Amino acid sequence: MSLITVRNLAVGYEGQVVEENINFTVNKGDYLCILGENGSGKTTLMKTLLHLQKPLNGEILLQDGLTSNEIGYLPQQTVVQKDFPASVWEIVLSGCLGRREWHPFYGKEEKKLATENMERMGITRLARRSYRELSGGQQQRVLLARALCATQKVLVLDEPVTGLDPNATMEMYELIQKLNQEGVAILMISHDVEVAVQYASHVLHLGTPSFFGSKEAYLESELGKLFVLHEKKGGSVEMEKGDRHA
Amino acid sequence: MLETLLTYLKFPFVQNALVVGILIALCSSLLGVTLVLKRFSYIGDGLSHVAFGAMTIAAVLKMTNDMLLILPITILSAIILLRTGQNTKIKGDAAIAMISVGALAFGYLIMNIFSTSSNLAGDVCSTLFGSTSILTLTDEEVWICIGLSIVVVLVFLLFYHRIFAVTFDESFAKATGMRVEAYRLLLATIIAVIIVLAMNLVGSLLISALVIFPALSAMRMFGNFKAVTVCSAVLSVNCALLGILISILAGTPVGSTIVAVDVVAFVLSCIIGKIMGGIKK
Ligand SMILES: Nc1ncnc2c1ncn2[C@@H]1O[C@H](COP(=O)(O)OP(=O)(O)OP(=O)(O)O)[C@@H](O)[C@H]1O
Ligand SMILES: [Mg+2]
Repeated sequence: MSLITVRNLAVGYEGQVVEENINFTVNKGDYLCILGENGSGKTTLMKTLLHLQKPLNGEILLQDGLTSNEIGYLPQQTVVQKDFPASVWEIVLSGCLGRREWHPFYGKEEKKLATENMERMGITRLARRSYRELSGGQQQRVLLARALCATQKVLVLDEPVTGLDPNATMEMYELIQKLNQEGVAILMISHDVEVAVQYASHVLHLGTPSFFGSKEAYLESELGKLFVLHEKKGGSVEMEKGDRHA
Repeated sequence: MLETLLTYLKFPFVQNALVVGILIALCSSLLGVTLVLKRFSYIGDGLSHVAFGAMTIAAVLKMTNDMLLILPITILSAIILLRTGQNTKIKGDAAIAMISVGALAFGYLIMNIFSTSSNLAGDVCSTLFGSTSILTLTDEEVWICIGLSIVVVLVFLLFYHRIFAVTFDESFAKATGMRVEAYRLLLATIIAVIIVLAMNLVGSLLISALVIFPALSAMRMFGNFKAVTVCSAVLSVNCALLGILISILAGTPVGSTIVAVDVVAFVLSCIIGKIMGGIKK
């Protein structure tokens, strides 16, 4: 059963279309990687999925009991957050707010959820630390734990490894993969084709021509071959996959 | 000196001033943290000028209770400012500058044209800098202030976690189902109420100081939101108390004395923050 179905969606700003005819579906347990050049509308698509802006055309269907506020996401950091005086605990807990419409304070259930998710992200030790004193990688984990408090079903990640060193980048990808294996559907915007090829189950490529399908089909397609070759890094991985298909 | 102070404290008008001063300091510091973090520090400034303009109109109309005019006008401006300040930053800045300077000019103009008082400059000065109005509060004004302060503190406590979430990450809050617009409206209303209240204490020009300094001082020393909020409230109340007492003893203007104490507290906080490298809690 699919969680999200997007049909003929057009996204953009104030009537100006950035990308149209977007079609894809996300099933439970999928790992969708969204690729595309700078300015192809990846972030815009994400904002539309999150109801932060209106679709210009087409529809986004949420099925299987998924409601619009059960899509958690990891945003790019804003300037405000850089020097924000908040403890890790306070931030992770704030992810639970959506589930308690009229309660002014957190209950036992929320605190348990926050504790569990900090454990999952390996940041239990940091609970009392101030967010502004953490490294970039640690900050991303905190925001990921917060997103997990909001939802267990779908996570949208907008370039989650920007600004992380190679080590932290690897750890971040492993963490996301672990979540995916635990049953969380992942939608990840990325510039890194190698990663898409390594971890994703499906690929959505925005631009003209566009592509949506399984990772294997993407690697077989003209667009996929071109893009992977273009990015060079993906070369060896592509060979591997190619072998398997042959 | 203690004796003089004790004699003064027996006067009802001094007691009134202390109660009102402490309440206003408490309310303004609570919201100060959010305003500073959201880069809205300048809104207090803009709104206070609007309130000044509204006040002169009320005076010309010879309204017995000028709050009835000042409060709605200020709330309306707060809502407009918070809305424009959201999307495009430069536009928001310009909007605030426009409204604030415009209101100031019109306020002075109206006072100038319609005032029957012989001491115009003195009147203007006292509205802008608050001078002695806090020592001449009527019982009715004191009760209004107590009532509004209770409402502000209650609202803040009830919505504390949500105010935190909206301040930290508005998009995330919105995506996970919070009605962000409603909270913005709520914030705007509370800010406007606080500004109008604070005008009695420090006058329209110095309100921003009351909102910003305690929050900035607390942020120097603490790294989590709760501690910053509590510290900022405690600092603000103590500075107001100290400021009022000093001004009574030394005969200095109340508003500027409080702000001066706030500035000193800020400098001390910077030093403490540097020494301790930020208390890690
Ligand atoms: N707030 C905005 N108002 C109007 N146009 C915008 C706005 N934000 C982005 N755009 C435009 O929409 C287009 C798509 O932007 P978007 O941020 O979705 O690209 P992206 O695929 O995420 O790019 P990148 O890989 O650089 O992150 C761009 O041409 C951009 O100029
Ligand atoms: Mg982007």
